[in-house]
Amino acid sequence: MTIHLQRELDKIRHMLLSLGALTENRFKQAIRALNEMDVELAREIIDKDEEIDLKEVQIEEECLKVLALYQPVASDLRFLVVVIKINNDLERIADQAVNIAVRIKTLAGKPAPDFTCDYTPMAEKAGLMLKMSLDAFVRQDDKKAERVRQMDEEVDAMRNNAYDRIKKAISRAPDKAGYLINLFLVSRHLERMADHATNIAEEVIYMRRGEIIRHTETFD
Amino acid sequence: MTQENKTTHDTIIQTQDLSLFYGDFQALHEISLSFAQREVTALIGPSGCGKSSFLRCLNRMNDLTAGTRSEGEVVFEGKNILGKKIDVVSLRRHIGMVFQKANPFPKSIYDNVAYGLVVNGLKNRSMVAARVEKSLKQAALWEEVKDRLNKPALGLSGGQQQRLCIARALAVEPEILLMDEPASALDPIATQKIEELILELKERYTIIIVTHNMQQASRVSDTTAFFYMGKLIEVGRTNALFTKPIKKETEDYITGRFG
Repeated sequence: MTIHLQRELDKIRHMLLSLGALTENRFKQAIRALNEMDVELAREIIDKDEEIDLKEVQIEEECLKVLALYQPVASDLRFLVVVIKINNDLERIADQAVNIAVRIKTLAGKPAPDFTCDYTPMAEKAGLMLKMSLDAFVRQDDKKAERVRQMDEEVDAMRNNAYDRIKKAISRAPDKAGYLINLFLVSRHLERMADHATNIAEEVIYMRRGEIIRHTETFD
Repeated sequence: MTQENKTTHDTIIQTQDLSLFYGDFQALHEISLSFAQREVTALIGPSGCGKSSFLRCLNRMNDLTAGTRSEGEVVFEGKNILGKKIDVVSLRRHIGMVFQKANPFPKSIYDNVAYGLVVNGLKNRSMVAARVEKSLKQAALWEEVKDRLNKPALGLSGGQQQRLCIARALAVEPEILLMDEPASALDPIATQKIEELILELKERYTIIIVTHNMQQASRVSDTTAFFYMGKLIEVGRTNALFTKPIKKETEDYITGRFG
């Protein structure tokens, strides 16, 4: 009985890690497409999203099956609940990659105003948060998860900075407002990705310690 | 050892460094555990861990086993009930017990429930009849047996017999009900009835239940105590113990990784 349950949990772990790898890859593609304003790649990201949706549903179904058949408790129960939530976060991160791809399609080929917004540092930070949160899940490393939580505020600050700069740019060039709003939305998408990475980190902390730390403040 | 064990109720019975010996064998090692009034406490642990022995100390059932000896105290209503002067029959009127296997007397349904009352000297027939009806209702059996109260109790199904035994225990109006695996010999539907009954009974009674079925412990109890090798390993609120046990032994046992 226990061996069977452990096998099922291992299988679910593998499925989730495979979705994690796929999502990280999708994220990186979105950033590359953004840097190069590559409409072809953007289109590809949009087309392939269904694959991630499908995997998300499969993982959830596996988790529900194991919950119903084995009624796990303690660390096994926490693991399954956490997988269900991380699964959802990963799918949402991939959705944000699709949103960025949609922005790219809108922005590409349009005459750009005399203004640039370099999202490279923000994308790197969000990407690192995603990588670290998945690492923390694999290694059950709640210290690393704590660090991800702390990074979230930096990404928020970057988004606020983009907002201020783009707002000024719009007042200087109101005729380019549409373009600039789309440009701002990219920062919003990156910030949402970082939020989901933070959620994953918080779920890892729950899995390790059994404490729900969401909605609590971090210091330093 | 104790995780957030605050309850809204007062302690009704507690053990203090309770040890139990069967001859040379020490079955319980210095167990200190208190039970809150009108709550359900589940005692869990592998076979031979001492949980049933512990339960049986709480109304001196172990007295019936030759060669038993106990140390420490069991305090109920300010008295150590292990004391020599304690009237065990009156003690068991306050602390009733239901066993794993339903054990109705080979008498009518009515006489089974009335038995404790008559033995305790209640002679007024209408009072006895009223108490029998009340107890059968509390045990959720009345509707099924009201038209055949004079039929033999042994003609009831296993689940009904067990509820009859609960009615019999309730008839003498105890404060505490000890249950030793009350549903382990029953099918899932009869088990569910017993579990629902436990949840209703805790409005008025304090219930201490030994169970091998961990899902049952998690469903019916407010507090769970885990025993292993005659020792109390961990006690805590049931929801906390089943989501985040503190001790590794508890985690290993409830997740089935034992041994």
